[in-house]
Amino acid sequence: MNDIFFLDESSIKTKLKNVCDSDIIKILKKTANFTIDDFIALISEPAEKYLEELAQKALSIKIQRFGKTIKFYCPLYVSNKCINNCLYCGFKATNFARRKTLNFAEIESEALKIKEFGFDNILIVSGEQPDEITMDYLLKTIEILIKYFSYIGIEIYPLSESEYKALSNAGVDGLTLYQETYNLEIYKEMHKYSQKQNFNYRLAAIENGAKAGIKELTLGILLGLYDWRIDSVFLAQHAKYLIKKYWRSHINISFPRIRPSVSDFQPRYPVSDKNLAQLIIALRIVFQDAGLNLSTREPAALRDNLVNLGITHLSAGSKTNPGGYNINDRTEEQFKISDERSPYEIADTLKSKNIDVVWKDWDKYLKI
Amino acid sequence: MKKKLIIANKKFNSRLFIGTGKFSSSRIMAEAINLSGAELVTVALKRIDIEHPDKDDILSHIDKSKILIVPNTSGARNAEEAIKAGEYIKSAGYNWLKLEIHPDPNYLLPDPVETLLAAEKLVKMGFNVLPYVNADPVICKRLEEVGCAAVMPLGSPIGSNQGLQTISMLKIIIEQSNVPVVIDAGIGKPSDAALAIEIGADAVLINTAIAAADDPILMAQAFKLAVEAAEKYNVSGADSVRLNASASSPLTNFFN
Repeated sequence: MNDIFFLDESSIKTKLKNVCDSDIIKILKKTANFTIDDFIALISEPAEKYLEELAQKALSIKIQRFGKTIKFYCPLYVSNKCINNCLYCGFKATNFARRKTLNFAEIESEALKIKEFGFDNILIVSGEQPDEITMDYLLKTIEILIKYFSYIGIEIYPLSESEYKALSNAGVDGLTLYQETYNLEIYKEMHKYSQKQNFNYRLAAIENGAKAGIKELTLGILLGLYDWRIDSVFLAQHAKYLIKKYWRSHINISFPRIRPSVSDFQPRYPVSDKNLAQLIIALRIVFQDAGLNLSTREPAALRDNLVNLGITHLSAGSKTNPGGYNINDRTEEQFKISDERSPYEIADTLKSKNIDVVWKDWDKYLKI
Repeated sequence: MKKKLIIANKKFNSRLFIGTGKFSSSRIMAEAINLSGAELVTVALKRIDIEHPDKDDILSHIDKSKILIVPNTSGARNAEEAIKAGEYIKSAGYNWLKLEIHPDPNYLLPDPVETLLAAEKLVKMGFNVLPYVNADPVICKRLEEVGCAAVMPLGSPIGSNQGLQTISMLKIIIEQSNVPVVIDAGIGKPSDAALAIEIGADAVLINTAIAAADDPILMAQAFKLAVEAAEKYNVSGADSVRLNASASSPLTNFFN
């Protein structure tokens, strides 16, 4: 674990305390070789005063590396059944209501509806229910989706290297697996059931994916669980480690803020809009080639503004319950959507801001 | 005098080629291409619907009667993926291909080993292959030997706008090459493009410097003018560069 996190919590706290204005001014002039120390300076309290200058820098990096574009993706929730009891999640096991795992006909029907919107990048999302979401189920799901979508990502429970290899061979291009929080105590408090209790098992799984040759890895922290400044420095160290070690895999980063759900969980460390923006800017400056994702958890007006700070991927028109697009069962949602606009409305707004929506950025020749 | 630019028996009236990524809309891309005078544009296969060009937002904006569309294999991490891409490109009726193999997803630097393997196969499949490579004179000769129609060495990391950081290697490549040399990647300013043509490159390919500009249409014209200026410079018999002013009084007229 120390291979990954060369700074522990107390050294991060000391460094955060010692950041001064001149550190930020130095980073504003820098063009390459951004370090974890730079990241710490950028997410520090003193950096809040320089947010506008830093935002301008982030935007110019974004335009240079990714152009005046935003990629669209769409989640497909296949099951909300879950043996875990993550305290913050709408799918937690102690909530018995409105559970469903889609059958293959239902998956196809949902896929057709998502395709109709024009999406080409789909993310399979599921709770942890290994007796229903088996490898066979996943492989069959991929076989259906590959007919309609160039890019297939998965956001499901951790798997072994050989299982990831099988999914990659079947057509999976991206693996999303959030550590949720890097603070061990809070991690244990939030995740008291099943294999998710095991922090290191989860941490190892994303490397299993990289070793299996999955081309895009998405890391993330759930904002609200712990002090975002400290958690994000761990996230940054994790990203840096993966980028250097698994140099063929592309890294994406997500930073979902906890939203209301039936779990009724109240975030103990709420993150303000301004601090969310600060985090996005810091990630854009230090990880210039990483994809940065923003989901429909965030409200429309905020999303429209955050795209200019360095976001590369937006989900749109999302439903977070299985069958939400076409089946219309009233199944439980993982969390409440905040940006409820249709993908077209979002695309039109982006167009008016001189940003082109990229629906397709992958192809079957990249699935070997 | 520098001859007209000919690649694989096709004549090009402009030494400026353009990439189609990163634009804020296909309309702006199309207008930038039009006003640049470019007759060759590259498009990433992964971004387009090559089987339905009329429905595709990028392809439908390019005037195929005036402009050669060269699909590229962007995203490919090894020869196998690039060859697979070649099969799709071939079956959609294209016979030009820009070969890009970059296993590193961040700097997108080309893999010379995989590029050579793929180039050989793609040439045999009947493509006019334009390989994107590092500014390595030996790999450029090897690519020429397997039948590539041109070589496309980089000036600096792609999208970086750093100009011709590899200039000493580019000069060797230009000196040694029997196929056209197109400098691709890293060209940030019109003066970089002009310098590339002045040192003898046959053409330049520009994307980020135009697409990421505040006014891509104006910037495309700036690059057109720069490339044309350098071409005129090349054929106008420039005086040589010297470090000192030339002596006004001859030193050897005592022989007479």
